[in-house]
Amino acid sequence: MLLLVLKRILLGFITLFIVSLITFSGVEVLPGDACTTYLEREAYGAALEACYERLGLNTPAHERYISWAAGVLQGDFGYSLSGEMRINDVLGPRVKNSMVLASASILIGIPIALLLGIITALWRDKLPDIIISTVTIFSMTIPEFISATLLILIVAIWLEWLPGIVIVPTGASISELLPNIILPVIAISMIMTAHMARMVRSSVIQVMASDYVQMAILKGVPYWKMVFKHVLPNALLPAINVVALTIAWLLGGVVVTEVVFNYPGLGRLVIESISNRDLPVVQALAIILASIYVSINLIADLMTLMLNPRLKSLQIKK
Amino acid sequence: MDSAVQTINNLTIGFTSQKGERISILKNISTTIKKGETVGIVGESGSGKSTLALAMMGYVKHGLYTISGECIFHSNNLLGMQNKELENIRGRKIAMIPQNAGQSLTPNLKIGYQIDEALRLHTDLKKEDRDKKISELLNKVRLPSPEIMAQRYPHELSGGQQQRVAVAMALAGNPELLLLDEPTTGLDVTTQAHVLELLNFIAKDTGTSMVYVSHDLGAIAQVSDRVIVMYSGEIVLDGPVRSILKNPIHPYTFGLLKSIPKLTSPGLPDSMSGSQPQPGTVKLGCSFYERCNLAEDKCKTNSPDLEFIENLNTSVRCFKYEDLIDFKETKSDNVKSTNNNILDNEILDISKVSISYAKQKFLEQLFNKIDDTNPTVQDINININKGETLALVGESGSGKSTILKSIAGLLKTKDGIIKFDKDKVLSNDLKTRDPGFLRAIQLIFQNPDESLNPNHTVEEIVSQPLRLYFGLKGDELKQKIIEVLEKVRLGEFYLTRYPRQLSGGEKQRVAVARAFAAKPDIILCDEVTSALDVSVQAAVLNLLQELKEDFGTTYIFVSHDLAVVRAISDRVAVLYQGRLCEIGPSKNVYQLPSHPYTEVLLGAVLEPDPDVKPKLVAEDIVEEKPPEQGCSFQGRCPRILGDICKNVVPPWQIGENGNSIRCHIKVEDLKKQQNVN
Ligand SMILES: Nc1ncnc2c1ncn2[C@@H]1O[C@H](COP(=O)(O)OP(=O)(O)OP(=O)(O)O)[C@@H](O)[C@H]1O
Ligand code: SF4
Ligand code: SF4
Ligand SMILES: [Mg+2]
Repeated sequence: MLLLVLKRILLGFITLFIVSLITFSGVEVLPGDACTTYLEREAYGAALEACYERLGLNTPAHERYISWAAGVLQGDFGYSLSGEMRINDVLGPRVKNSMVLASASILIGIPIALLLGIITALWRDKLPDIIISTVTIFSMTIPEFISATLLILIVAIWLEWLPGIVIVPTGASISELLPNIILPVIAISMIMTAHMARMVRSSVIQVMASDYVQMAILKGVPYWKMVFKHVLPNALLPAINVVALTIAWLLGGVVVTEVVFNYPGLGRLVIESISNRDLPVVQALAIILASIYVSINLIADLMTLMLNPRLKSLQIKK
Repeated sequence: MDSAVQTINNLTIGFTSQKGERISILKNISTTIKKGETVGIVGESGSGKSTLALAMMGYVKHGLYTISGECIFHSNNLLGMQNKELENIRGRKIAMIPQNAGQSLTPNLKIGYQIDEALRLHTDLKKEDRDKKISELLNKVRLPSPEIMAQRYPHELSGGQQQRVAVAMALAGNPELLLLDEPTTGLDVTTQAHVLELLNFIAKDTGTSMVYVSHDLGAIAQVSDRVIVMYSGEIVLDGPVRSILKNPIHPYTFGLLKSIPKLTSPGLPDSMSGSQPQPGTVKLGCSFYERCNLAEDKCKTNSPDLEFIENLNTSVRCFKYEDLIDFKETKSDNVKSTNNNILDNEILDISKVSISYAKQKFLEQLFNKIDDTNPTVQDINININKGETLALVGESGSGKSTILKSIAGLLKTKDGIIKFDKDKVLSNDLKTRDPGFLRAIQLIFQNPDESLNPNHTVEEIVSQPLRLYFGLKGDELKQKIIEVLEKVRLGEFYLTRYPRQLSGGEKQRVAVARAFAAKPDIILCDEVTSALDVSVQAAVLNLLQELKEDFGTTYIFVSHDLAVVRAISDRVAVLYQGRLCEIGPSKNVYQLPSHPYTEVLLGAVLEPDPDVKPKLVAEDIVEEKPPEQGCSFQGRCPRILGDICKNVVPPWQIGENGNSIRCHIKVEDLKKQQNVN
């Protein structure tokens, strides 16, 4: 078991290493570099030399990779171009903002998704299922930019209940952020909840049709007890991985929604830094997003392993 | 004794088809289960047995509904009850033992919890008393060390043990009626015999009424007092077990019994033509009309009623049952001896073959060697002549399929050589094997559902080998496909069908056709009939035999069913834990003296005759690995001699009638000991 965990962690690091290599060399082979972008027209002669000198771009690529990677390992991503700010200072508030948005969506979306999924499965083909399923399938099919725009139109512009776009500074405190994130959270939750609810529904239906649930019914186990003891633990196990992917997706910044609502999160930073050709930031983002995916999936796999008696004893026997 | 536990009146259950038609899958079922009685329900797959058993618990599957009729239990109709009321009956007064215990135990809950759940629901016992009761129940179903068992999860038990847990769980509420749906199907012969013996003991011990659903007349014969035969959703025969199995007065039951291969008479059983009609297709007349030998015009348009015959105490649904009452079977009826033209010409020589599933370590991979002192299959020596049928028998885990896979090249051997046609060494590895040899050796699998690609039509499936090995194209290809299909008695009509549109027997025929299309010299048959109903099994066996006589093909036939093996094979090899125990001409292997393991297997065979009881001589423990040294059977051998068996691999001895037995006991002594009991 421990060995397995270590193996998975090692594998995660290897993945990250490969990601870092790819982004680094990607940036390397693209025409132009940080200095030409930064200096624009003045990118020649002494100014360019000075810039190279300052950013250390005149050393060979592998040396730069090593010093960059060493920095990253110590949590230092170097300097960004646009404001010549430390990337850590750029990223810090963005990560926090994205976390706030993600946690709010998770706290609201996942319980609702589970509830809707379970209700639709248990009342399969009855009225509750028909209504909820229609709504979820509908909200799954509208792209987020449309639903987000509609939300702004209705809630912010017609009803004037809430601000339409987020106009807080990037470094705003959580209490300043909260009222602003209501609409983005709704927009995100709608699509996320719909997907997850469908997933949970089909998983519960599958377990409900299994021989062991039929057996529990024939054993005389009361309905709700059967649902909680025999159905849900088995049906929700496969949902863990889907939830994990969703969380990773949220933490990585929900690009479209953040742009539509002008929310200062990681997703918008991705867009901004790409359009500014702020390559050091792009590199840093790639590494951060990849680590989020890797670690969340790792946690999900470990949880599945812990909760599934079948896998658990298999591992112990080995 | 005669009071009724459950009475079923005119029960009809059905579903609404996509076209909006109402289709019945149980038609007008009426019968009574008496107190203390064990009733067997037989019928082929799809005849509605499970639906009937579930209805007896007031349970109707999703998609089905009760059209009319009632199931009366203590003067209440179960089918009209609310869930709340049913919860007090299910598990307490009526309990179910499911077909596949492995899938019927909830995977995330411990065995102990699942039994405790039933106890908490249906008794007023306190925690300590319940714990005691759990141990008691697990003891009663003869599971070793109950305390440890209770702490295990379902997947940590063997199939036989899971089935026992299901029995223990059903007994928790002291039910008046126990319903068993195929409780032993899928278990090994010895395990099956043990579970049946346990059920018989419980029936006597507790006086519970039982309804035993099975397609296996052998199992039914061992446990039932009364037998109900179902066909296409109707009861066609209902009467005492002896008269039904010894003198069946319905043509379907008659044919069914004749299609069962028997240990006592070699040769292929008769097969019934055709198959059971799909629900909703027979609107008029007797549902058995298409397949009935006695049918007359009247049967085509009139449906017979279930008629009670006072002096036989039997109900029958047939116009012409009287023809069968005085029918005396002549012995030769059931014997169609196999007539194989075995040439004195060796086609396959398996010598000193060992096969290991152990993972190769890095160094071993470099040298292409496997270092495993205790491989799954060891030291197999068999040679097979052209035109012969050799059977490999043994319980699950005995390595039968492993050996077949190695012959087919799907699995590398660890040691040993397989030679084809005297001197051509077959390569260990599929990739380097000569394509001619690939064509010459074909495999047919147990489950046609898995071996036929569901997205290919029958035409595409059969065309593959023809294109691959003979490069046929266009009209010529089509002609050949039709020709091959006709050989397996499927016509042109089937070309455009997909596997899901075929019945089990038809699917297996397509698999046979695909194998024969390659014009192979050897066909490896892996449990090809075990997924089929007996009547279909008989038809497939007969087909295989005819094809063999036409083409002179050699078969290696793997099966766990000793009666089927007896029917079709010339020679039998008995395997235990990947080691050969006995090999010889079939008629001799089935006679004394036998290897102790063969003796155990033969003793556990269930004959469809209530007067022939199985002999249980060894425990049905499952061994995970073959023993490191000595005799492979030492763990379960009832005749074990002691240290010599544990330390020394027994020598081969030639029995008096030419079969080779690998045992430390002298064959003469074996014969003496076996003749005593
Ligand atoms: N939910 C359903 N909807 C429609 N038809 C069904 C449904 N369940 C079963 N059937 C049909 O009802 C018939 C009887 O099914 P049942 O399971 O009772 O057969 P069985 O005799 O137990 O067969 P087996 O030996 O394969 O278990 C079959 O033709 C089957 O296809
Ligand atoms: S009624 Fe006719 S067709 Fe039906 S079983 Fe009897 S003889 Fe055969
Ligand atoms: S060698 Fe010994 S253990 Fe093996 S079968 Fe013979 S008596 Fe039994
Ligand atoms: Mg069934």
